Amino acid sequence: MLDILVILCMAAGLFFFFGTTVGIIRFPDFYTRTHAAGKGDTLSVMLMLAGLALYNLHHLSLATLLVSGKIGIICVVVFIASPTATHAIMDAGYEAKVRSWSRPGAPKDPDDDGQDNSGEKL
Amino acid sequence: MFITVTFILLFILWVLFSGKFDLFHLTLGAISCAMVAKFCSGLLFQEKSRHLGRRLAEAGRFLLYLAWLLVQIVYANFHVIGLALSGRRLRRDLDPHIFHFKTVLRHNFSRFVLANSITLTPGTVTIRIHGDTLYIHAISKKAAGDLANQDSISEMERRVGHVFERHNLCFIADKDDQA
Amino acid sequence: MTHFFISSGIIILLLMFVILYRVVKGPTPLDRILGVNVIGTKTMVLIVLIGTLYGRVEMFVDIALTYALLNFIASLAAARFFQRHKKINLEEDERGEGAAC
Repeated sequence: MLDILVILCMAAGLFFFFGTTVGIIRFPDFYTRTHAAGKGDTLSVMLMLAGLALYNLHHLSLATLLVSGKIGIICVVVFIASPTATHAIMDAGYEAKVRSWSRPGAPKDPDDDGQDNSGEKL
Repeated sequence: MFITVTFILLFILWVLFSGKFDLFHLTLGAISCAMVAKFCSGLLFQEKSRHLGRRLAEAGRFLLYLAWLLVQIVYANFHVIGLALSGRRLRRDLDPHIFHFKTVLRHNFSRFVLANSITLTPGTVTIRIHGDTLYIHAISKKAAGDLANQDSISEMERRVGHVFERHNLCFIADKDDQA
Repeated sequence: MTHFFISSGIIILLLMFVILYRVVKGPTPLDRILGVNVIGTKTMVLIVLIGTLYGRVEMFVDIALTYALLNFIASLAAARFFQRHKKINLEEDERGEGAAC
């Protein structure tokens, strides 16, 4: 019973990691790649670690409970750190004015220009 | 008061990490936790004015909020996978743009929670927080949703506000509207 | 169960190699940092997985926790570095694209 749950968690984690990988390879510019990395990373790592923590609880004792608690703390760290790291990398890219991809044929928004300029002043 | 709470939290963490329950290790842990709590309790609790009971209530509401956020993260991942595996449609669906909006949240911590939640929900990533202005990169016009609307408070902001800033004028008026 | 863990470890490893393509190719240094960040997070999962396979999770979990914190700090530091040195970043960007052409 527990095994099925573990396999489900791990498989879902692997599936989301696969999606993240394809996103990082295929998306056209730096900003959209950060989207894939920031979201997929968090969920896939949390699912896989949850599966491993559950598997660890096969022999229920104080020691295994402590280990599962530690894995839970890793989950919390990843949950806080992963969006923050994404955000820092993206901020650096925005500051360095990495060229962004826009849809071919899309009208250039005058609004966007104004926002870019206000970003430079910061 | 706050030093004691910090000490208890740190000591729980110590016991969890060390995994040893003999007197020697517990004493060492108590001494080091006491030193850290004495010098660094200001880092954990920056606003001393708020009452401890209210913090506990906030923590409970925050757990409920986390459950909602987890569902949103799953949606976000399916969104990313759908985009990544969409073949030639990918370039047509993408329409990345950057916009900014002013938040009504006042405290740094709730702004941090808001920014991280925006990063984890479908189609949007926070680039930076500058004062009370958040710069958001959205993957398409549709994904930006009600965040891009300047006049109203977006749903996520309202939820974060109900968790942390019930006393904030904006959210009191907002609650009356809903009732 | 052992077979399942071994095969999922191999799948993680293969997907990490796929991300390595993005790290090598670029085009900007920040893309590389992003790829390395994702690979580092997955390495952490791999460490816990190896610990489970060897039956010594209690030891490997500490290493994984340290790895997670170091990975986070490393990507923050690298991002800050490139934020400070905007000129370097842009020059490398153009040179890299020229080489690619």
